Amino acid sequence: MKLAGFLLLLAGWAIVMSALALLPSAAPRTTFALAGMAVELLGLALAVRSHLVLEAEGE
Amino acid sequence: MTLSVAPSLVSLSEVSALLCFLLILLVPFAGVGVALINCGLGRARSAAHAMLAALCVTAVAAIVYVIVGFAWQGAAGRPEHAIIAGGKAWGWIAAEPFFLRGLRLDLSPAALVVLLQLFSVGLAGLIPLSSGADRWRLGATCASTALLAGCTYPLFAHWAWGGGWLAQLGSNCGLGRGFLDGGGSGAIQVTGGLTALSITWILRPRRGKFSAEGLPAALPGHSAVLVLLGCLFAWIGWVGLNSGGAILFLGVEPARVVLIAINTTLCAAASGLTTVVVTRVRFGRPDASLSANGWVAGLVASSAAAAFMKPAAAIIVGGVAGIVVPLVADLLEFQLGVDDPGGAISVHAVGGLWGLLAVALLTDAGAPGRSSGQWLAQLAGMATLLGFVLPLSYGLNWLLDRVYRQRVEREGELQGMDLYELGAGAYPEFDIHGDEFLPR
Repeated sequence: MKLAGFLLLLAGWAIVMSALALLPSAAPRTTFALAGMAVELLGLALAVRSHLVLEAEGE
Repeated sequence: MTLSVAPSLVSLSEVSALLCFLLILLVPFAGVGVALINCGLGRARSAAHAMLAALCVTAVAAIVYVIVGFAWQGAAGRPEHAIIAGGKAWGWIAAEPFFLRGLRLDLSPAALVVLLQLFSVGLAGLIPLSSGADRWRLGATCASTALLAGCTYPLFAHWAWGGGWLAQLGSNCGLGRGFLDGGGSGAIQVTGGLTALSITWILRPRRGKFSAEGLPAALPGHSAVLVLLGCLFAWIGWVGLNSGGAILFLGVEPARVVLIAINTTLCAAASGLTTVVVTRVRFGRPDASLSANGWVAGLVASSAAAAFMKPAAAIIVGGVAGIVVPLVADLLEFQLGVDDPGGAISVHAVGGLWGLLAVALLTDAGAPGRSSGQWLAQLAGMATLLGFVLPLSYGLNWLLDRVYRQRVEREGELQGMDLYELGAGAYPEFDIHGDEFLPR
């Protein structure tokens, strides 16, 4: 789950970068950049959750 | 991939360069402030360790930055490697020699960048120290700082400040003036704050911090005086940091330092006062350490936008930071099980992200007629910090932990870092409270 979280963070960043570099018009660029950010937030949530589980197991 | 020259923003007269130099000399006070805050918010039995770690981290950061950091960060107007995508060149890493070879170390903009960064990278390295307080080995703090100063920090700093792809978003994509971060809300504070988050995850909470049910115990800092004194030092340092950074990285005219100093002060003041009120309402009395965190969060949030805000906007930016920071600190501790004794994640990571967003929301920083894209440039910078810097920082520190255990042994935690790692306490003539975890 931790690895998946960090992979989602990277994937979200790649979506934002690709949108900026490859999409010329404003509307799709903005949409894709926001979608990338949403993927990142999902990845962050997963990374946080995985550490909560790890700490509970540690206890 | 091609070798190109990053666009330059700055051309300084001798008087302006001298003013910039003097402002940069104030920056170490920010480090003093953060070190005092870290020390005061930690336990008395780890106080000497905290201050020695601060000194070692500053030293390691400076040396590693000179050896490899600047070679990868570079400066605007200097050579860089670029990737061609969509028919445009995107700078991704500088192409400077190691050890600052070939660089004229005088009052030139590139030399002033080196000096400012020498201090700034040390400041970024000090931020995670508070998250690892009372359990982070001295050797591990130095090794982790070397990774920060030699890899994580220079990469993002090149993108934001060295004419890299984030700075080029204005010219390449028409997004306002490109990513703007004059005083380092992102490059210094968020990078340091996200490294702090990585460290808390890797080190795990202090022994006794959370009960079996996951409820946090209060482990208060040992000196509110040090913490509050640190806030005042940090204020001086931040004025230099925001002013010097704005001149060197944003190309603002030196006369604007007055506005920057006013905005920096207003941000900190509004944030500190707001946190006093928030904690007064929530707990019945103002909380000194959270209020100090609020003050620093205001400084952090001011860094990106201080050169562009009107004073009224600075009060709003600070006020929001002062509300958000104590709430996030609570969320991290009570809901997410993160043990961050100094509040580095909420103050530096969250405060810094808010500062970056504030550039787009509350300033007129975008180029005339193109300002609508400025928020997207800021969003790209924030996405890079969360999506690239956090995984990179976590990955590097995780690898380091595999080869060199970062957390101190159980015995060291019970004894205190001072006695265990240094052999002597910070306050030998005072009675230190007995350890609550030892059988009585």
